[in-house]
Amino acid sequence: MPEKVIPCRKAFTETILKEAQNNPDIFVVTSDARGSVTLDDFAKFLPRQFVEVGIAEQNAVGVSAGLALAGKNVFVCGPACFYSARSLEQVKVDVAYSRTSVKIIGVSGGVSYGALGATHHSLHDIAVMRTFPDMHVYLPSDRFQTEKLTQYLAHSQESAYVRVGRNAVPDIYTASDQFTAGKGKVLTEGTDVAIIACGETVYHALQAEKELKKNGINTMVIDMYNLKPIDEELILKAAALTGCIITVEEHSIYGGLGASVAEIVSQNNPVKMKIIGIPDENVINAKPLEIFDYYGLTVKNITKQAKLILGFASE
Amino acid sequence: MVQVKELEKRAVEIRKRTVEIIYRASGGHTGGSLSEVDILVALHFGIMNIDPKNPDMKGRDRFILSKGHSVEGYYSTLESRGFISVELLDSYGKFNSLLAGHPTRKVPGIELNSGALGHGLSVGVGLALAAKRSAENFRTYVLMGDGEHGEGSIMEAVAAAGHYRLNNLVAIVDRNQLQISGRIENVMAIDDLEGKYKACGWSVVHCDGHNIEALLQCFRNAVAQTQKPTCVIAHTVKGKGVSFMEDKAFWHHKTPTDEQLELAFTELNQRMEEIENA
Repeated sequence: MPEKVIPCRKAFTETILKEAQNNPDIFVVTSDARGSVTLDDFAKFLPRQFVEVGIAEQNAVGVSAGLALAGKNVFVCGPACFYSARSLEQVKVDVAYSRTSVKIIGVSGGVSYGALGATHHSLHDIAVMRTFPDMHVYLPSDRFQTEKLTQYLAHSQESAYVRVGRNAVPDIYTASDQFTAGKGKVLTEGTDVAIIACGETVYHALQAEKELKKNGINTMVIDMYNLKPIDEELILKAAALTGCIITVEEHSIYGGLGASVAEIVSQNNPVKMKIIGIPDENVINAKPLEIFDYYGLTVKNITKQAKLILGFASE
Repeated sequence: MVQVKELEKRAVEIRKRTVEIIYRASGGHTGGSLSEVDILVALHFGIMNIDPKNPDMKGRDRFILSKGHSVEGYYSTLESRGFISVELLDSYGKFNSLLAGHPTRKVPGIELNSGALGHGLSVGVGLALAAKRSAENFRTYVLMGDGEHGEGSIMEAVAAAGHYRLNNLVAIVDRNQLQISGRIENVMAIDDLEGKYKACGWSVVHCDGHNIEALLQCFRNAVAQTQKPTCVIAHTVKGKGVSFMEDKAFWHHKTPTDEQLELAFTELNQRMEEIENA
């Protein structure tokens, strides 16, 4: 892993601080999570644009909606586990249904908190957020993409949910790579098999691509950072080109990236699929990467599943 | 200066329209719509800086109906105030009407989609905080039910409003003592309501929620607050204005029959005559 890499949550806070310094209508709201989000500088330098509500996520989202109704572009930030559960009704009604310009920034998402247990995991967030009309859903895969996404959202009036992890992750992009909302990004070209990933699993998908290449298998890796609206055109292109798709997500195998892709291919161009994610059980107590490994979200299992789907290996 | 008598007549008209649209739609929240009407009239006709010709006017005062189920009284008030047309009001309950069974922002004059209880005050806190942080003068009014105070999220907002000293925020509690299952003190007691708000730094006033003059005075007094948000506990009667609907949980969302509609109109017409002859 390269040195000096910062976590995506830090990339978000550094970027939103710069954006807010140039736009007095950008507000940040948090619920006693300024430390875990890394908002200390924002609170220090832009107190007028910073709102602390204490440990009260429901109120945080409601207050954010109110600020938005008064013309502010609001980023409400805290652990993804709480904002996608405790305050879900406020997200559904005050943000999505009321179409307010509120961005829910869920930090330390998925299994970032490792052994802290299911209370602190958010493995259901894509599933719930994407069923709310007008809600946009993003899982950026590295610090550069998080920065570009934040810049984009600072100028967008949409309602959005963004999930980032807790720890620094390897770079996928460079500072000069562009970001386009509503699209997926083809990271490697290939016609044998497609691996679609999002968030922190993109790195592992790329690792698998390298392994598969050693075996003469050419893999199309797609970073599907925008879960909603999802890039249907690119998914169907991948299906047509490869005839088999593997999805990898730090999310329940129900209702997330895999389900989104399956909904599209099954109704348009049914191809073989394998959904890799967290199975329907409470996650083991371990470090995040150990959890990834245990449930097959890393190179070994992704590679194996690719070979299986291509008929090059058996169970 | 607004003529209280004119507002009282408005309130009777709005009650008639409320009962009528519920009857025509074969559904609605009768009791709570009738209990809130005088509060809505005082705010929309006597207090708030709003313009029906320009519903999104910059600097307008904001109103949030947190008890969103009482929407028929609200729609009828918005029609009376000129925000929506008679034709639109009459579409209530019809296929694909713009008017849902709970408020939405698609309707001119409405600021927030509501209907899930315990949300409105937090949004009101956000609006009031935005006004303070941007040095804008608009005021925010949030109308809640008393039964709605079973929702704990309200207390998060109560704490925040006190913490940020939102003297530009007014919460009104439609204190009709009833919720769908019966009397509030039997279903789940909420008192000491005044004590709860006061403990969080609010100014609390009690008011006859059917005395428009008294309501106007409460709202005007709230403007003088320099540090505290104001909570107006408006003592009301659920189903107010129609004797057989009054103070009966049964009428929470009951629809009147043909005969009941006629009886309701007779009573409300009598009330109108009383006001005119007073």
